[in-house]
Amino acid sequence: MDGHHLHRIGRYGRSLRRFWLSSLQAEFEYQLNLVVELLAVVGNLVGSLFVLRLLFGNGASLGGWSWDAALVVLGLYTLLDGFTSCVLQPNLSQIVNHVQNGTLDFVLLKPIDSQFWLSTRSFSPWGLPGIAAGLALIGWALMQRSSAISPLGLLIGVVLLVSGALILYSLWFLLASLSIWFVKIWNATEVLRYTLVAGRYPISAYPAALRLVFTFVLPVAFLTTVPAEALLGRSSASWVFGSLAAATLALVGTRLFWRYALRHYTSASS
Amino acid sequence: MLEYRAEIALWALSGVLPLIMLAVWRDSNGAATAGLSGAQLSHYFVAAFVVRQFSVVWLIHVFEEDALQGRLSPYLLQPVQPLWRYVAAHLAEQATRVPFVAVMLAALAVLQPSLLWIPSLSQLVLGVLAILGAFALRFLLQTILTMLCFWSERAAALDRLALIPYLFLSGLVAPLQAFPPAIRRLADCTPFPSMVAFPAQLLAGEAVDVIDGFARLALWCAVLLPISLVLWKLGVRRYGAMGA
Repeated sequence: MDGHHLHRIGRYGRSLRRFWLSSLQAEFEYQLNLVVELLAVVGNLVGSLFVLRLLFGNGASLGGWSWDAALVVLGLYTLLDGFTSCVLQPNLSQIVNHVQNGTLDFVLLKPIDSQFWLSTRSFSPWGLPGIAAGLALIGWALMQRSSAISPLGLLIGVVLLVSGALILYSLWFLLASLSIWFVKIWNATEVLRYTLVAGRYPISAYPAALRLVFTFVLPVAFLTTVPAEALLGRSSASWVFGSLAAATLALVGTRLFWRYALRHYTSASS
Repeated sequence: MLEYRAEIALWALSGVLPLIMLAVWRDSNGAATAGLSGAQLSHYFVAAFVVRQFSVVWLIHVFEEDALQGRLSPYLLQPVQPLWRYVAAHLAEQATRVPFVAVMLAALAVLQPSLLWIPSLSQLVLGVLAILGAFALRFLLQTILTMLCFWSERAAALDRLALIPYLFLSGLVAPLQAFPPAIRRLADCTPFPSMVAFPAQLLAGEAVDVIDGFARLALWCAVLLPISLVLWKLGVRRYGAMGA
């Protein structure tokens, strides 16, 4: 990597720091939100655990997953939902407003990559309680198991979690940038958020046909089940490579799609 | 409302949660423990899906914006209570939802015919009445939270909190029969089971106490209506102070 590239990465890093610090300053004006979000995270977690308990009934497994293992999946879901509230929701749900109000023109004029600006401009701290609760649940569930977690399993698990987060970002970005053509489908990302709830449970708990849908159409499997398998020390090479390939494909896909979309963008009044 | 077809179709699609829950419940040990058969579960959750489609309330989000941007002021001058405007908008959108829900049910009928059933006329009539009741109850509950918009800029955040007991105690994600007795009793003391479980059980043709169910709906509406009207009066007085 030459000096020019390092300089460029440094510039993006500094921008990101400025973006997020200013967002934090703005959001901390609303301190009541912290109480509400903490209560919401606790309430949702208690409710999810209760429903999971009901699904187990008197049995010992859900789709072949033990209680502790299913908790890891639920923890990963909670974590990714927090990530969505922190970064994806506050940024990507604004794209449609930029298109509608014509302010996308200003974004395109900035001396910084427009996809980067649109994806990272805001940061909402209100997803952080969810991230913390998710991490705590995963840690607690893993400690309940008799076999200790291997460093390699942990490493693969973290890599697959990042890969899952990138897939999630790509899905959000694709749906949000469709608003360049169709302003009327601004709520498509809400549909995504409601269907991704399926990721609360291991993929094997679903009927076979839905498992295919949740792997190839709406890749819920890569978001929670696949990283959970790795953390539990039973990942298979094919799923690991599948997840990495899906993440790479998704990222390259959003990049190409965004370039294509911008070629069709004709500004608000034209 | 028809201009917003794509938007409404997507909102209808975002209500798939009961169908996802059906998929998880079907082969679970929990269903066997609660003694629920596959047919019972699928009828219940498909009915819950329909109930949810026609009892969604989004008043707080529209109202918050109308109040912040001052659009509420001209409404207040009109000779009709402004809340009726929002009731009408909700009912109109629910009417436009009918074809989309019909398409989704038709898709289910093609993919999984065993999931669907034909309710008797009385079940259908009672079910539709109960859905209207559930909608009224949800609307009143959200009206109360919406009135807090007059006092706080972030009343919508409080609505998010109220959504949590609705989600878990209404029967949207788990049939009430599967609840442990203590939690079942707790849920029955709240208005939430009347909002999903009661209409869904009626539509699914389960044996339910019809009189008791409608009495609960009426009772909760009778409790919430005066509260929301009083809050409206207090709130509008405050709104005037803010604009002046």
